[in-house]
Amino acid sequence: MSDQFTNEPMLDMYIFETSQLIEQLEQSILSSEKESCFTPAAINEIFRIMHTIKGSSAIMMFHNISTLAHTMEDMFYFLREEKPQKVDCSSLSDFVLDGVDFIKVEVEKIKNGDEPDGDATILIENLNLFLSNLKKENEIADSGKKEKNIPKKPQQYYISQEKVPVTEYKYRFRARIYFEEGCEMENIRAYTILHNIKDYTEEFYTIPEDVIDADDSAEIIRQDGFSVYFKTNHTYEQMNEFFQQTIFLKSLELVSLETEEEYGEYKAKKRDTIRDSLVKEISSGYVSVSGKETDKVSHSSAVQNIISVSVAKLDKLMDIVGEMVIAEAMVTQNPDLQGLVLDNFQKAAGQLNKITSELQDTVMSIRMVPLSPTFQKMHRIVRDMCKQLNKEVDLKIIGEETEVDKNIIEHISDPLMHLVRNALDHGIEPSEERRQAGKDKTGTVILEAKNSGSDVLIIVQDDGKGLDREKILKKARENNLLYKKEEDMAEQEIFNMILAPGFSTKESVSEFSGRGVGMDVVNRNIETIGGTLSVNSISGKGTTITLAIPLTLAIIDGMNIKVGRSSYTIPTISIKESLRPDEKDIIIDPEGNEMLMIRGQCFPILRLHESYKVETAVTQFKEGIMIVVEQDGRTICIFADELLGQQQVVVKSLPVYIQKMRKIKGLAGCTLLGDGSISLILDVAGLVNF
Amino acid sequence: MLEKKMDETELLEQEEDTQKDRFLTFQVGNEVYGIEIKCVTEIIGIQPITEVPELPDYIKGIINLRGKIIPVMDVRLRFKKEGVDYNDRTCVIVVDIGGVPIGLIVDNVSEVLTIPEEEIVAPPDIKGGGNRYIRGIGKVENQVKLLLDCERLLNEQEIDALGNM
Repeated sequence: MSDQFTNEPMLDMYIFETSQLIEQLEQSILSSEKESCFTPAAINEIFRIMHTIKGSSAIMMFHNISTLAHTMEDMFYFLREEKPQKVDCSSLSDFVLDGVDFIKVEVEKIKNGDEPDGDATILIENLNLFLSNLKKENEIADSGKKEKNIPKKPQQYYISQEKVPVTEYKYRFRARIYFEEGCEMENIRAYTILHNIKDYTEEFYTIPEDVIDADDSAEIIRQDGFSVYFKTNHTYEQMNEFFQQTIFLKSLELVSLETEEEYGEYKAKKRDTIRDSLVKEISSGYVSVSGKETDKVSHSSAVQNIISVSVAKLDKLMDIVGEMVIAEAMVTQNPDLQGLVLDNFQKAAGQLNKITSELQDTVMSIRMVPLSPTFQKMHRIVRDMCKQLNKEVDLKIIGEETEVDKNIIEHISDPLMHLVRNALDHGIEPSEERRQAGKDKTGTVILEAKNSGSDVLIIVQDDGKGLDREKILKKARENNLLYKKEEDMAEQEIFNMILAPGFSTKESVSEFSGRGVGMDVVNRNIETIGGTLSVNSISGKGTTITLAIPLTLAIIDGMNIKVGRSSYTIPTISIKESLRPDEKDIIIDPEGNEMLMIRGQCFPILRLHESYKVETAVTQFKEGIMIVVEQDGRTICIFADELLGQQQVVVKSLPVYIQKMRKIKGLAGCTLLGDGSISLILDVAGLVNF
Repeated sequence: MLEKKMDETELLEQEEDTQKDRFLTFQVGNEVYGIEIKCVTEIIGIQPITEVPELPDYIKGIINLRGKIIPVMDVRLRFKKEGVDYNDRTCVIVVDIGGVPIGLIVDNVSEVLTIPEEEIVAPPDIKGGGNRYIRGIGKVENQVKLLLDCERLLNEQEIDALGNM
């Protein structure tokens, strides 16, 4: 039913907005919990978020979400207005987080095109119970609250007719709105209009006057339309435009009222009833407009500076910019221009070049996003797990502002979550055990990100019991994972075995980790984005897992080299030097392996034309050039025909078809050069192990 | 939204209708082959090809198609025929099969033909697993066109690879 009337952009917007709000909400709950009380600011924020979710869910006809949000809103309304002293913060957070989880699941369902059919009744009942207990405990009579509120509100909700309006409005209008049949929730939609019209006027009356609370208002609006009488300084055209934006608008009658009498007539007639409804409105404990409106204003100004764009569009933009750079090179280096003296042309071409490269840089930077949202998510995991496992753990986050490519963020979120879970479940010991070991009873998990050359290092560190070498070996023996003699294995190699498929040292399977699929999946996920994972551990002191992730998949500094007719690109970061060797420095061992002696050290030589079977005239070392590269502590010399020059290159992956066919050793991808030709990017890590 | 969906399906159907039974024919050696027009993206002249190491010989390498990098396959070599030098009649047919773009290098491109289903017969059963790439044989007047199964043309290499081992 609901998807019959929703239009996609609106749904997308709803999903996007709700997920963002939920995330925000989670953050403020967690930070409140840490301070072990809800600050007025946090309460206000939670209240506002719940209110927005309620409203938008109601409009989108996701009733289970909106009712749940409404209950939570009530709860925080109470907290805000009464400021009760005795609040059980931790169970309140539990309830609210349960609710948040529920909404998350529902939004996920909506995202996947399913009907959000979850049942929130139990959650709502729990919340209500909690609220009524809270009320009882704080011994506040309901009636008292109402009366206290009345004097504050009238000026806020309706401009009272007794008061002389502050501003004289020029125009008077009557608008009658009919909604499309079957759109449902007419009263909420009408309320939305009222809410929006406040931007245009402060003086307005409606029929029916009580849109939200009266049970029959939806019915009345459905039959007779929704009428608004209002005064404003905006013209007929402007107001017409305003009303035309209404969702599910079937028809609109906008009449300009000529005389004050026509307007006043209505006013006089309604004077008494408005009074009544006013009281009713307030007694129902509804939203205070003043708070909401100021919040809205300050909020929208912050939000408007950011727009969200789908990554696909950015990719497209980047492709186009890439094409433009090539096209530019094709124009400025056109063979037809060869040998001509074109001063003005060169000047203009230089300008164009500057702009295009700036454009390229900008497009690249758009894709970079900070890691903080991904890191912040971990707070929730730590919190939940601490409760479940009865451990005390402090999560420290360092360097969350580090930026990485959007694509990468998507890939590391899950592995990171897994690592944090592992650290809590396997790493950190229960408080009792910690005390016996002479450690602080609160464990610490440090999540750190930092830049290191073209990589970003993400470090998950815990101060738990560390990895058990013997246990790992035993497990490895059982599962036949040993690939060489135990005695020959370095500490590091033993630890790295936990990354092997089917390995899990945890005896029992818990809710959070220990199914034995964990670490190898993490490892594989990291490898797919070109990252590496290393494990280090000191028994009794803790475990450190380091992820080295490329800063971006999209751009690197590269040195272009030539072999035969093909060109290759080596990431500049791994190049140590390049040189033309002397004959006497070349050493050939009995097996025919060639080596180069540089300043007393000997490095193997890799002839690119041989390993990649490329035809070239340059086979003598003294004719070509040697590029010395280093990766993971290993150094090799790559022999190529010549250096073409250094440039920033846009990394493109090899076509899917080729990737599927086989993994080519030593190739990381390809890139387009200025003249439109393709260069293959060498993966130095792969080459050193050639 | 339902309406929109219906429109879309209708449009899709219409589009499919115009492409139904239509084949792009091209020549490789003496034979004329046809592939379904719906998987053809475009036809371009031969481009500078960047060789990629460690690939089977019929994958000639990769080309830059307006910023997109796509692999190219020499259909001649794929069919174990003698390779020839490329000339100005050599074409690359860019096809998209299940979202995977690939260029097919053929001797030349002939025309687009409509071959109704009833004119297509199944390829004869040849022992030894021949006709792996042929989906059917289309009869047009007195000639026959070998209709290719693109899916297999692309994905059959696993079997090749196993064979090589």
